Amino acid sequence: MAINWFKYSAPSTFYGLAGKLVPFFAIPAAVLFAIGMYIGFFVAPVDAVQGEAYRIIFIHVPASILSMFLYLIMAGYAALGLIFNTRLSSMMATALAPTGALFAFISLWTGALWGKPMWGAWWVWDARLTSELILLFLYFGFIALHASIDDPRRADRAAALLAIVGSVNVPIIYFSVKWWNTLHQGSTIKFTGTSMHIAMQQAMFVTLLACWMYAVAVALVRVRSIILDRERTTQWVSELKEIA
Amino acid sequence: MSVAEFFNMGGYAFYVWGSYGVTLLVFVVEILMVNHKRKIALQEVRMMREAGEEL
Repeated sequence: MAINWFKYSAPSTFYGLAGKLVPFFAIPAAVLFAIGMYIGFFVAPVDAVQGEAYRIIFIHVPASILSMFLYLIMAGYAALGLIFNTRLSSMMATALAPTGALFAFISLWTGALWGKPMWGAWWVWDARLTSELILLFLYFGFIALHASIDDPRRADRAAALLAIVGSVNVPIIYFSVKWWNTLHQGSTIKFTGTSMHIAMQQAMFVTLLACWMYAVAVALVRVRSIILDRERTTQWVSELKEIA
Repeated sequence: MSVAEFFNMGGYAFYVWGSYGVTLLVFVVEILMVNHKRKIALQEVRMMREAGEEL
């Protein structure tokens, strides 16, 4: 059977598909958050060095990973839109930006609340923290640049360029703890294994999955509004059931 | 562990609950915002169609 892979690259067909997909991400996200928090607070043992404060890790690490991951996905979509001139890719990039920015904010916020009791400082200009702050500003830049240009296709192209250039910051964040002597600790989870208790790993992984599903659900709802905004004058939009 | 002990988080209550509380708030606000954005988008399509029908 031949599958038309490009069918859903049209905003008109993707609009309906996205609407159907939302609950399949939103509901598991809520369930996984509950499981992750249960393991994180009731199953995972207290840390020998940091006491109960370490439990911030269960949201800090997933939020940080998502902030970087979503940036790369956003830049990827933006690049596709730039290269193939596909409108939907650019709309997806625009839909992902606010969620990515929020995860970057959560990463910095929870980091500050963790840094204060452990390092004695809310903030230090260390390579890891500074590059993550730059990531947040890149998201802001992408959103602001897109919003400042009236013609949506021109806005897509300009913002795409910014997103692509800014993506060099992601490996900088990731490797910052190796390249520089940072106050921020190195990676807890390594490819060669980890020193973490199994329940701690489970809580972090489940919450990471929950955050990812949450991000997909929210971005899908947002992209549907963007599609409506930008396809307002088309026939298919005026024929939608929900308009009547 | 008692309920009070749990909420005290070994003296780190402010930091731990401050982290999770703000995260929850961010999620709730974002969910409200995307739903609001959808409502507005639908409204604008309706308004445009009504304006078109009058022509």
